[in-house]
Amino acid sequence: MLEIKNLHARIAEDETEILRGVNLTVKAGEVHAIMGPNGSGKSTLSYVLAGKDDYEITEGEVLFDGQNMLDMSPDERAAAGMFLAFQYPIEIPGVATMEFLKTAMNAQRKARGEAQLSIPDFMKRVKEAAGHLNVSMDMLKRPLNVGFSGGEKKRAEILQMSLLEPKLCVLDETDSGLDIDALRIVSDGVNKLRGPDRAMVVITHYQRLLDHIVPDVVHVLSKGRIVKTGDKDLALELEKNGYADYVDAAA
Amino acid sequence: MPAVQETIDRVKAIDVDQYKYGFVTDIDSERGAKGLSEETVRFLSAKKNEPEWMTEWRLDALRRFKQMEEPDWARVSYPKIDFDALYYWASPKSVEGPKSLDEVDPELLATYEKLGIPLREQEILAGVEPKNRVAVDAVFDSVSVVTTFKEELKKAGVIFCSISEALREYPDLVKKYLGSVVPVTDNYYATLNSAVFSDGSFVYVPEGVRCPMELSTYFRINEQNTGQFERTLIIAEKGAYVSYLEGCTAPQRDENQLHAAVVELVALDDAEIKYSTVQNWFPGDKEGKGGIYNFVTKRGDCRGKNSKISWTQVETGSAITWKYPSCILRGENSRGEFYSIAVANGYQQIDSGTKMIHLGKNSSSRIISKGISAGKSQNTYRGLVSAHRKASNARNFTQCDSLLIGQDCGAHTVPYIESKNASAQFEHEATTSKISDDQMFYCLQRGLTEEEAVALIVNGFVKDVIQQLPMEFAVEAQKLISISLEGSVG
Repeated sequence: MLEIKNLHARIAEDETEILRGVNLTVKAGEVHAIMGPNGSGKSTLSYVLAGKDDYEITEGEVLFDGQNMLDMSPDERAAAGMFLAFQYPIEIPGVATMEFLKTAMNAQRKARGEAQLSIPDFMKRVKEAAGHLNVSMDMLKRPLNVGFSGGEKKRAEILQMSLLEPKLCVLDETDSGLDIDALRIVSDGVNKLRGPDRAMVVITHYQRLLDHIVPDVVHVLSKGRIVKTGDKDLALELEKNGYADYVDAAA
Repeated sequence: MPAVQETIDRVKAIDVDQYKYGFVTDIDSERGAKGLSEETVRFLSAKKNEPEWMTEWRLDALRRFKQMEEPDWARVSYPKIDFDALYYWASPKSVEGPKSLDEVDPELLATYEKLGIPLREQEILAGVEPKNRVAVDAVFDSVSVVTTFKEELKKAGVIFCSISEALREYPDLVKKYLGSVVPVTDNYYATLNSAVFSDGSFVYVPEGVRCPMELSTYFRINEQNTGQFERTLIIAEKGAYVSYLEGCTAPQRDENQLHAAVVELVALDDAEIKYSTVQNWFPGDKEGKGGIYNFVTKRGDCRGKNSKISWTQVETGSAITWKYPSCILRGENSRGEFYSIAVANGYQQIDSGTKMIHLGKNSSSRIISKGISAGKSQNTYRGLVSAHRKASNARNFTQCDSLLIGQDCGAHTVPYIESKNASAQFEHEATTSKISDDQMFYCLQRGLTEEEAVALIVNGFVKDVIQQLPMEFAVEAQKLISISLEGSVG
């Protein structure tokens, strides 16, 4: 589903190189965790995959379902099924969460040449998905992410993810700012979306998220490169010993 | 909301650089009265069979105008207007007092159809439920073409006609109120208007009557080099209520067309007037050539106790806008409101705001202004809130928000606050924000295109004001805003 080959990327403004040859293959149905210390390039990788124009690709390629993803605009990638759950979701004042959901769903449907959702159909989908994530009607009426607590913001992200039904989900530090209960709700929401046709890349600092979302493969990213790949036990080992060994290995 | 999607469709449907209403109607039109002179004024007045006092009133205004200096305090710049190069009268030739729609030039009806005005009464009567009906007084260049729904309004006792007709049919009412809110010498453009106003609307709602439908006027400037000088007068007697909407368009022309209107509102005891404007005059082309110069004086007088006047405006057009719809809060417990969305793109210059003059006890006012600047435009909010000595417990709340799109535009806020009464309470809040790259990226990541993202964010920004518009125009206003911001990012 996702093939990243020798990906090099730098910050467009000051040409600082962040990704220095990332190789990663994620198949449909798999959940991969990417762990690593601060500044290793985890968030940059998620932004580059989503197409944020603060970054310049200097080398390498990214294939999504066999298509060259780097040629696509961010909205084209989204319509093709790429979803990024933001570490810091952005506020959209004056736009009710419900309205945003509908606009996004219909924008993607339109891009794919599908019919717009009818109001009853839309409402049914929202109510069902919101129910699983403990998102109230009141919250859906509030402007998106404006005045939301940390937990509400993350639940709103997962709500969008479940309604947009992406093929590839990238979750950037979804566990940050969550207490234990919220972590459980969000993880349950993510687990519900696991399926044979969907791939997930879960970016996190800490192992605790991986107790809830159990990955098939764990990678360690350090200084812009994947320096170690293993199964879920690798995460436990990291939790115990820290990243020190791998940081040195990358240097 | 569905409007967002409709907005996108609409934007998609039109050519990027093409002003949507930029078509010229090909009809014989009679143009006269070039140059600003006594002769012109007499010609105009005679054309309209006005009573002699009216002619004198105009001539007096002209004499005053000749002694006045063009004001230069607004934050707009434009070459000096040559008033003698303008025509002060243009009327579609065939419409000397049409008796019914059948007598109106079909070309003209086609123009209105393009504008989407439900001019044909029978169509409206056939299709829509009563409460959504709108009575339209359409002003084409200088002549009010046809006023729909006149009969039904008459039954309710409401007078809704062109000001020319009112001068003939109800001279006493006009004489009593004309110039009583905006005096002849109020300001440069109002004085000009007083001398040469061509037509406009007149509304009189008698005591205790709630006007049974929305009243609406559609202005359109067609003829080249003509100024459009409407004069609108609305009077709500004790306990009366009326909601009035004006919409404006102009075809695309290279030259700048002048528009200098005066609107006067009078609300007596317990009366309420709601006045909404959707203005999309031609704003000029991509290089800033052409466009309407819009110098308008709008003022409401809350003359009676508990009276209320509410201005709502959505301004997306005009090369230059100079406009401050105001309220004089004379009556005890009177209330003034001003809700405004001013959108500037390209080379547009807007200097607009309001004045809330508190004279009466316990008078209150509320100002919500949303300015959006894109392209190379300059958008200034200029507002005055004042409390005079007797205005005990006067209250004002002002919220003034600016949104910037891009790097080359400007937003300016110039509030004036004066209080001569210690018990007055005035609050002013102001914010300036940008559509951030992060907001754009977030929306794009969810699948919205750049246009869709801007439309969504802007609609969120202006929501408080859109909600004040009559329902049937709120959607139209959202569309207009998005169309006028087309191409402002990327």
